[in-house]
Amino acid sequence: MSGEVQAAAVLGGLQESEQQEDSGHRGGRVRRQRIGLGDWLLPVYTVIAFVFLLIPIVYTLVFSFNDSIKSNISWRGFTFDKWLNVCNVEGGAVCEAFANSIVIGIVATIIATTLGTMIAIALVRYRFRARSSISLLLFLPMATPEVVLGAGLAAQFLAVGVPKDMTTIILAHTMFCISFVVVTVKARVASLDPALEEAGRDLYGSPSQVFWRVTFPLLVPGIMAAALLSFALSFDDFIITNFNSGSVSTFPKYIYISASRGIPAEANVIASAVFLFALVLVIVAQVSRAARAKRLARLS
Amino acid sequence: MAFAAFTTTEAQPQAPKRKSRIALFLLLPGILYMVLFFLTPLISLILTSLQAPNEFGDIGVYDYAFNWQNYVTVVQEYWPHILRSFGYALVATVLALAFSYPLAYFIGVKARRWPLLQSVMLVLVIAPFFISFLLRTLAWKQLLSDESFIITSLKALSLMAPDAHFTGTPAAVIFGLTYNFIPFMTLPLYTTLERLDLRYLEAGSDLYANPFTVFRKVTIPLSMPGIVAGTLLTFIPAAGDYVNASRDFLGGPDTQMMGNVIEANFLVLLNYPAAAALSIILMAAILVLVGIYVKRSGTEDLL
Repeated sequence: MSGEVQAAAVLGGLQESEQQEDSGHRGGRVRRQRIGLGDWLLPVYTVIAFVFLLIPIVYTLVFSFNDSIKSNISWRGFTFDKWLNVCNVEGGAVCEAFANSIVIGIVATIIATTLGTMIAIALVRYRFRARSSISLLLFLPMATPEVVLGAGLAAQFLAVGVPKDMTTIILAHTMFCISFVVVTVKARVASLDPALEEAGRDLYGSPSQVFWRVTFPLLVPGIMAAALLSFALSFDDFIITNFNSGSVSTFPKYIYISASRGIPAEANVIASAVFLFALVLVIVAQVSRAARAKRLARLS
Repeated sequence: MAFAAFTTTEAQPQAPKRKSRIALFLLLPGILYMVLFFLTPLISLILTSLQAPNEFGDIGVYDYAFNWQNYVTVVQEYWPHILRSFGYALVATVLALAFSYPLAYFIGVKARRWPLLQSVMLVLVIAPFFISFLLRTLAWKQLLSDESFIITSLKALSLMAPDAHFTGTPAAVIFGLTYNFIPFMTLPLYTTLERLDLRYLEAGSDLYANPFTVFRKVTIPLSMPGIVAGTLLTFIPAAGDYVNASRDFLGGPDTQMMGNVIEANFLVLLNYPAAAALSIILMAAILVLVGIYVKRSGTEDLL
């Protein structure tokens, strides 16, 4: 889905800042002419909208410091305890679920990124028959509701007699990640300057040398963005996991199951830590992107 | 571009056989994977939806058959859930669009002068992706529970009846769906609005259109690709969602959607044919609705 692909683009710092700056000049001139209602109404609305969007995140972060006993519903006082002893609740069930999610995310990401990158290169670089049906096969999973994907796979595992465990979760996650990897990497392959590979060939590079020394390094940012997106999708997936996990717990599944009796504050700790980690990652990507844009601007 | 054309024409006579072998090598593993874990599951879902109960009446055991009556049974039994799924998803999509459009317009058009502010706001839009959506939904459940500050204040101000609830109502489920899918709406809207050439808007006002007419006749049509992409990205997952409507989250007994009954039939009641038939109905209905929508909005070339 393009929404998530764009999220990946932000994550990977892929957005073309040059283009943004260029359109910035265009926008500036028009607006300064008139000061109307819209000039303060829209900024105020934007602030309110962001407050609304971020309220549940702040709530989750704040309640990770709650000195709760069992369920984490009412505020009982500030403590660092939950952060320091994350794995001490329910015999470490939260941490086990979290570890499972990490393992599943990493394995599914590696497989999906490899297969998806290969498809993306083939789709951009080669002409072949059945091209449109292959595109459809890759587009459809993104347009299918997750319940249908989950129930379909579960029905297949049932028909074949495969017991549900970690492997079935990884197989399921890899499937929906491949489509997103293809979309993300394809954009990068399509934007490559063919002159660079041509130069490699002119310098007597063999096809494999040209690929590994020129093409692949140029694709790395796109591949990284796709891998981050895959991991994020896999890590946060609940619906498909729920159908294909049997008795294996993942972090989202743990939350779903504990929701009826109350989520321990330790779950908030893990979610908050993941959130802060991802936030730092994005900020670093954005800052390095801005630095690169500045360097490029100075060169030209 | 001319350069690219040159390279392909030059490369073709060299070794077309080898090239197609490389393409096959690149495509085969991934395509095989998608056939095995996406396409055949859909087929086995169709086969499962036509199964008949085992002749000995064992629970959870079914035989392959052509029992199309399963579809009639699930529609008769679950038509309120089917209507609810599409109704809730539709309202949530409209609300998300109304919420996101001004936000995306500010980020993509008004904030062009400040690239740093623009990137900060983009990070804030995708920030909810970084925290489990189940926990975010549970956070709203607590924030909007009967004893919460928000609900008690609304009741104190007589904006809500003293014995009314918010969680467990259809409004709460629609609220949750809207909230959870807002980033999916905002991002594609932002992408098209960010590329919007403001000279078109100038041209509109030069031709004596008032701001509202410019917005309706110029801005909206030019941002149509973003609107279509955003509504699809919101509507499809919202129609299949069962977390928001679940009783432990924002829903109640009267808010169950198709996803909830598919989950219950598959994982609890072990009535696989019913779950499969409902899944097929959900997917077919979505494909038909999306097809009509894309055709009517005239954005076929998007897909």
